[in-house]
Amino acid sequence: MNISNLLKLAVYALKRNRMRALLTMLGIIIGVASVIAMLAIGEGSKKSIQDQISSMGTNLVSVSPTSQHRGGVELGNAASVSLTIKDLDAIRDECPSISDLSPEVRANGQAVYSNKNWPTSLFGSNTDYLRIKLIEVSEGRGFTEQDVKGAAKVCLIGETVLENLFGKGTNPIGLSIRYKKVPFTIIGILKAKGTNTYGQDQDDLLLAPYTTVQKRVLASTFFNSIQSSAIDESSTKKAAAEMEQALRKSHKLKEGSENDFRIRTQEDLVTTSSSVSNVLTILLGAIAGISLLVGGIGIMNIMYVSVTERTREIGLRMAVGGRGKDILMQFLIESILLSIIGGVIGIFVGIGASQLIGILMKWPVVVLPASVILSFLVCTVIGVFFGWYPARKAAGLNPIDALHYE
Amino acid sequence: MSKTIIEVKDLTKEFHVGDVTVRALKGVNLSIAEGEFIAIMGASGSGKSTMLNILGCLEIPNSGTYILDGVDMSELNKDELAALRNQKLGFVFQSYNLLPRTSAIENVELPLFYNNKVNAKERRERAEKALIRVGLKDRMGHMPNQLSGGQQQRVAIARSLVNDPVVILADEATGNLDTRTSYEIMALFQELNSNGKTIVFVTHEMDIARFTSRNIVFRDGKILKTEDVKERFNAVEMLKNLPVADEVQAAKN
Ligand SMILES: Nc1ncnc2c1ncn2[C@@H]1O[C@H](COP(=O)(O)OP(=O)(O)OP(=O)(O)O)[C@@H](O)[C@H]1O
Ligand SMILES: [Mg+2]
Repeated sequence: MNISNLLKLAVYALKRNRMRALLTMLGIIIGVASVIAMLAIGEGSKKSIQDQISSMGTNLVSVSPTSQHRGGVELGNAASVSLTIKDLDAIRDECPSISDLSPEVRANGQAVYSNKNWPTSLFGSNTDYLRIKLIEVSEGRGFTEQDVKGAAKVCLIGETVLENLFGKGTNPIGLSIRYKKVPFTIIGILKAKGTNTYGQDQDDLLLAPYTTVQKRVLASTFFNSIQSSAIDESSTKKAAAEMEQALRKSHKLKEGSENDFRIRTQEDLVTTSSSVSNVLTILLGAIAGISLLVGGIGIMNIMYVSVTERTREIGLRMAVGGRGKDILMQFLIESILLSIIGGVIGIFVGIGASQLIGILMKWPVVVLPASVILSFLVCTVIGVFFGWYPARKAAGLNPIDALHYE
Repeated sequence: MSKTIIEVKDLTKEFHVGDVTVRALKGVNLSIAEGEFIAIMGASGSGKSTMLNILGCLEIPNSGTYILDGVDMSELNKDELAALRNQKLGFVFQSYNLLPRTSAIENVELPLFYNNKVNAKERRERAEKALIRVGLKDRMGHMPNQLSGGQQQRVAIARSLVNDPVVILADEATGNLDTRTSYEIMALFQELNSNGKTIVFVTHEMDIARFTSRNIVFRDGKILKTEDVKERFNAVEMLKNLPVADEVQAAKN
């Protein structure tokens, strides 16, 4: 029998039992829909984390001191002292893959304006910093080389600090605030970035020349970290290697001794976070996959019932010339049709459900075309796999026994 | 002398149920010519249905030869037997065996589905012709449960005709029907036969057997006797003389 006749037969058979076909499909519909929705949720969270990471900077390579052991006493990160202007110069001179380079120092304290105060962090950097960290100045100006050289008492203010010290909408440029008793003139406002994935407010900060922060606020010559951009995305690894060389040299580390600093690239962050969200995606997908499997077993169950119920029909078909393989194909196509129709409906339901979850729960969702294609293929395989045994049973019947089946 | 359609020699068939062996056929010799209308008769359990199933290539004999329209059955595999059933045989069963919730025309089309040489259009045309031939021109779209027993059996006969078989095999085709309807069905068979169709008809009713041209009587797995029917009944004539059912009812009261 040719394929169009087989399809016609399968459609007849399904139409004769509409309600049952629909209920059987329901298992597949739910299975496929949940696989698609779960993968969309997993993929969405992965993408949003990656977006966050790439918004942290351009081709970022950063160095921070590692905690050091001195006489068995752990001194911790804050007390580590390994990064200085000497290291910065060494990197600038010896790392051709680095385009922008800035130290980062950080002070914690209260920002004060007239009778209001607000606890926040004061960051110190040079002029490259805004480019490296993808921070924009929405009003006013950034500080200049001159400001850095002269340790000028100027600062840029984040939206959160601005709101809490001045109230929304006021223009603070030219006004002066105090931070640890040091007066700073506000020269610009940092464009808001919002909270990051970890729930941190990225607008709760002040930014000043690092010289000012070091000399006037911290009275220290150390950096908390060094931030830099590689010349392009593919160079971050190379830049990190060059940086390691330069720093080991400037720290006079002997061969075989451990680094007293740690270099991290943006790529590392993306890789780590992707592997975490990949695990999440796989887990969600697997749980949904189980429901798809249950749907498949539902098809098998119904096909078995159907073969038993239609034993006489099978006998008749054989009597009028149906061969074993015709009967096999008929039932196989029926079960494939059930699972594919269910699968296609499930794909639409799944996409719809994903969008709904995205809107209602404000969760980022990304429906990958690959997950749609995968679900479709899995459905076909389920149809064949779970239809095979019932179909084989039908094809193996003896025509006379089947005709006289009660 | 017309040509021989069915040639059976020393045919035996055994069934094994547990330790018990039932010898359903114990050496049958039989020859049926084109255009014959045969009734196979005999007591219950004498092997009539078994014989018909073997003639229909639905059952394989243990020994002996069976040649249908020049083809030796013992040389064919399962798929070839199916193809042979599809092209050369028509079946009519006691219990009609129509597909439920499937219209009369679709039921009749069924055998042609398994014939790749027949396309959809031809399939429909041939099914329509067969239904017209059995007098169901106005019932083509009816489902089996919307038809009387007699009409359902007519659909089954149309189905057995649709592939233009060399022989129609019927097992107690009138077994579920009342006298009048049985005669109507026999009239149809007689008409088909007079147009040249070979028919083998299993029955245990004497009067039904008298509509055929030759009776073969089975006893205990063997042919007891074969006899040509003298004073053959004409079903159309018989129907004219048959009292209508409600008249019978009226006569009783
Ligand atoms: N599938 C089977 N398995 C076991 N025994 C069988 C089978 N089919 C038939 N028989 C046996 O073979 C013998 C002949 O049966 P068959 O059906 O041919 O009789 P029959 O003449 O058609 O009887 P009836 O008039 O009651 O239909 C019987 O004894 C029956 O029990
Ligand atoms: Mg019988």
